[in-house]
Amino acid sequence: MALRGNLRDFTITQLLNLINLASKTGTLVVDGASEQASISFREGKLAYARIGKEDGSLASVLHKANKINVNQYRAIADRAGQMTDKELGLLLINAGYVTREDILLILQGYFTEVVRRLFTWVEGIFRFENGMLPPGDRINTRLDLENIIIEGSRQLRELDQLQDEIPSLDMALKFTERPLTNVNLSVDEWKVVKFVGPKNTMRQIAGTNKLTEIEIRRIVYSLLQAGLVKLVRPVGAPVQQNPKMFPTQDKEKQKSLINKLIARIRTM
Amino acid sequence: MQTVKMVVTGPFNAGKTQFIQSVSEIDVVATERKISSDEERSVKYATTVAMDFGRITVDQDLVLYLFGTPGQKRFDFMWEILSEGMLGFVVMVDSTRPETFREARSILETFRAYAPTPFVVAANKQDMEDAWELEDVRHALRLDKETKLLSCIATNRDTVKTVLLGLLDNILKEMESGK
Repeated sequence: MALRGNLRDFTITQLLNLINLASKTGTLVVDGASEQASISFREGKLAYARIGKEDGSLASVLHKANKINVNQYRAIADRAGQMTDKELGLLLINAGYVTREDILLILQGYFTEVVRRLFTWVEGIFRFENGMLPPGDRINTRLDLENIIIEGSRQLRELDQLQDEIPSLDMALKFTERPLTNVNLSVDEWKVVKFVGPKNTMRQIAGTNKLTEIEIRRIVYSLLQAGLVKLVRPVGAPVQQNPKMFPTQDKEKQKSLINKLIARIRTM
Repeated sequence: MQTVKMVVTGPFNAGKTQFIQSVSEIDVVATERKISSDEERSVKYATTVAMDFGRITVDQDLVLYLFGTPGQKRFDFMWEILSEGMLGFVVMVDSTRPETFREARSILETFRAYAPTPFVVAANKQDMEDAWELEDVRHALRLDKETKLLSCIATNRDTVKTVLLGLLDNILKEMESGK
């Protein structure tokens, strides 16, 4: 079934979050106002990206990163017409122009930059092609998405949207099972992370760190989007038992009432 | 006569009224009005402004009422009123309209903040070609794996029953765990 829509309604950071959490493999194709972008993922990690007319080849990416000069780039383009990126990479490593780490870091930087450009797209039709991988001759990376998601989420400025995402500051935060490693957080984000726990409400965390309601919402939104925390009811919060829920306060009679409802609905 | 109630909530046009209609033994008492906004009118002609109201009689001593909340945020003052004294709630989301997922998340968090009441999420219109897969809906709504997310077609009584039974099962489990 379809994973498609418009960036106006479902943003790039939300899509990255979904791909990350679901560990998806496939290619996200986005048709923007003037160009198309294709971002590929393997098990929820960024593998490859290209945008518009940029061919995203290793030679052009290395040239952009000033690892090879224009003459070298032209020579490669002329002589290595039929050579795959993987073959070219090996050739350049063996010739001592670059190291393997150089190539991976430069490609990661380029792919991340392509995704960053998508953060500025407010409109665009997207679709996720499940299982579709980048061309076999291209070098793939395995880049965690958390930092990119946090970076994209920080750009959310609309108060209405933040209030929609986090309607009540009286909820607490809890870490998810995802490890908090290799995540680049700002000082304010770390201050919030320090107090994450089901005993502290977001309002209390904001008060302790002297953050405004907008600031705490923005930080929590980034952490939520990256799948690092989730909202929970605070431990120890007074639970107002509503006597109107059940017509009786007898626990056994309450259970019996629920079982009657189950039996009735089953036979409908 | 003893009465209990459940609430069906969710964004505009998620299928709440239809959901209640599919299982209610009475014609749903729907407080619908013509839609004034052009944008909303393009999706639906009439909408719920106060509440929907359906009924399932269990026996001569027990009746279950189903209340549907209005979807638009400008009627959110009704949500707390309707949720008072509920056994649990169903959050309905239209699986074909990702533009409503943010609102669904917001409604869900708002209801969770009122009280620790059992709930399930019903991904409606799962029979449509452009429906998002259940697991994609789960991640889009930021639901953890413990949250019950059920496939639903609001016009299909059996799937509606499955959702209600899922909610009742959650209520029973919470009672048994002593929460």
